[in-house]
Amino acid sequence: MNTAQWRYVPPPEGNDVESIAAEAGPILRASGLAKRYGARVAIEDVAFDLWPGEVLAVVGESGSGKTTLLNCISARLKPDAGQVEFLTRHEGVVDIYGLSEASRRLLARTDWGYVHQNPAEGLRMDVSAGANVGERLMSLGERHYGRIRSQAAQWLARVEMDASRIDESPVAFSGGMRQRLQIARNLVTRPRLVFMDEPTSGLDVSVQARLLDLLRTLTHHLGLACVIVTHDLAVARLLAQRMLVMKDGRVVELGLTDQVLDDPQHPYTQLLVSSVLQP
Amino acid sequence: MNALDESVLDTREAGYNFAYLDERTKRMIRRAILKAVAIPGYQVSFGSREMPLPYGWGTGGIQITASIIGHDDVLKVIDQGADDTVNAVNIRRFFQRTTGVATTERTSAATLIQTRHRIPEIPLCEGQILVYQVPIPEPLAKLEPREAETRVLHGLAEYGLMHVKLYEDIARHGHVAATYDYPVMVDGRFLMSPSPIPKFDNPKMHMNPALQLFGAGREKRIYAVPPYTRVESLAFEDHPFEIQRWREACSMCGARDSFLDEVITDDNGARMFVCSDTDYCSLRRADSLDTTQGEDQ
Repeated sequence: MNTAQWRYVPPPEGNDVESIAAEAGPILRASGLAKRYGARVAIEDVAFDLWPGEVLAVVGESGSGKTTLLNCISARLKPDAGQVEFLTRHEGVVDIYGLSEASRRLLARTDWGYVHQNPAEGLRMDVSAGANVGERLMSLGERHYGRIRSQAAQWLARVEMDASRIDESPVAFSGGMRQRLQIARNLVTRPRLVFMDEPTSGLDVSVQARLLDLLRTLTHHLGLACVIVTHDLAVARLLAQRMLVMKDGRVVELGLTDQVLDDPQHPYTQLLVSSVLQP
Repeated sequence: MNALDESVLDTREAGYNFAYLDERTKRMIRRAILKAVAIPGYQVSFGSREMPLPYGWGTGGIQITASIIGHDDVLKVIDQGADDTVNAVNIRRFFQRTTGVATTERTSAATLIQTRHRIPEIPLCEGQILVYQVPIPEPLAKLEPREAETRVLHGLAEYGLMHVKLYEDIARHGHVAATYDYPVMVDGRFLMSPSPIPKFDNPKMHMNPALQLFGAGREKRIYAVPPYTRVESLAFEDHPFEIQRWREACSMCGARDSFLDEVITDDNGARMFVCSDTDYCSLRRADSLDTTQGEDQ
């Protein structure tokens, strides 16, 4: 029975980029993570640090354990072995799986964000855009309609959506707009860490470019730490400072994005980099 | 076999146990009721039995009533406030035939009131029990389709979802459009569906001196609001909870403080408004008759 508690303290108003104390250590530390599905190994002995404000791309082929890793570190799937530690704003480092379920869920919907590949999974498709963005606020106890609405409008504007569409259902939105709405919905509580599972796949290239530009701006301005799972090396190069390459559930290479892409060391990474089509 | 009380045999149908259900089933249901009373607003699962009436007609309420009714109880059954509608008449006759207890239409004379979709207008008092018939006990059912998930949400008191629904109503209609089955918070802890009573009746649940029991037969759930328990209707600070109001008064008794039904009286669209609570309406008419007669003399 996990009983450790975590309390949400709303971030201070105003200043977008929080002063990040580097000496405080990494914001997320995974060590010795392993997950098996029966006899099949999904991930094995995965360890990495994520620093505040850093974007880490996780690349690898289908079935290499990228999504399992993302689920394990985002408290959605308990790993069989290993630890995930998160640096909280006020309470120091906490072991994610040592927290009570209530605290873990609270953490996941306040200080964290999770952007699904398919926006329909991350959104409530049957309620308006405004309600989607306001949901986290309401779950934190905000009970003032006007305030929720104005915050929702603000965040829609920040993800470059027309605030006049606040009362429209996401069903009426294009794929790119849904994805932006999903991002706004996650950012409304000012999280410090966002997990993204292939956020740009399934979008056409021009929309993809715009979304990537938006993500880069947001992570920069908000000082967001990000773990992005992608199979698109261009996305990794554009957004991520560091890159983690997975194969058969193991990390085969971990380093600065430019370094990994320009001078791949592991044979699989070399294959991956050389497989990219050049237009 | 249980020993039968000979004194009531004469008015009862032979061959049935008192109040139809067997004693072990009644005990099981009473245990569920005790647990429900101990945790106000919490949905207790129970082994719902098949009853000789279809689901949706009050199988949950009838099982609760059958489990707690005693020889000296006085039973009142209402359906949408009325004592003389099909559902009410049938359930009342069911208990007359299986228990032989006294029945009444007077709210104040009843010790046990089974209701569908209304709370009587006359305030209840200590010692009375109000049994609701509930079609869907889970207030989050329409918002979260997975029942396992709704139980987690109840367990962790994560009720933001319900406000998302209210937000959506205000965004679309300018006000909270739900007029019945309006969600309430019980004792500051559990979100509860008050069964499809009009929201007009929601304030009556708050700090009510009577015991309120809710039975859902098909969904196999029992929950309760013990006497003098806080029951708050959900709302926003800038869109507070409001009950329905009518410009008209009851055309039969002139009441302006009761829940009115709109009745179409002919093919030309003529209509009248009458109290949905027939007992309240007839009492008021009897009272005014008395006073006018007094003035005449």
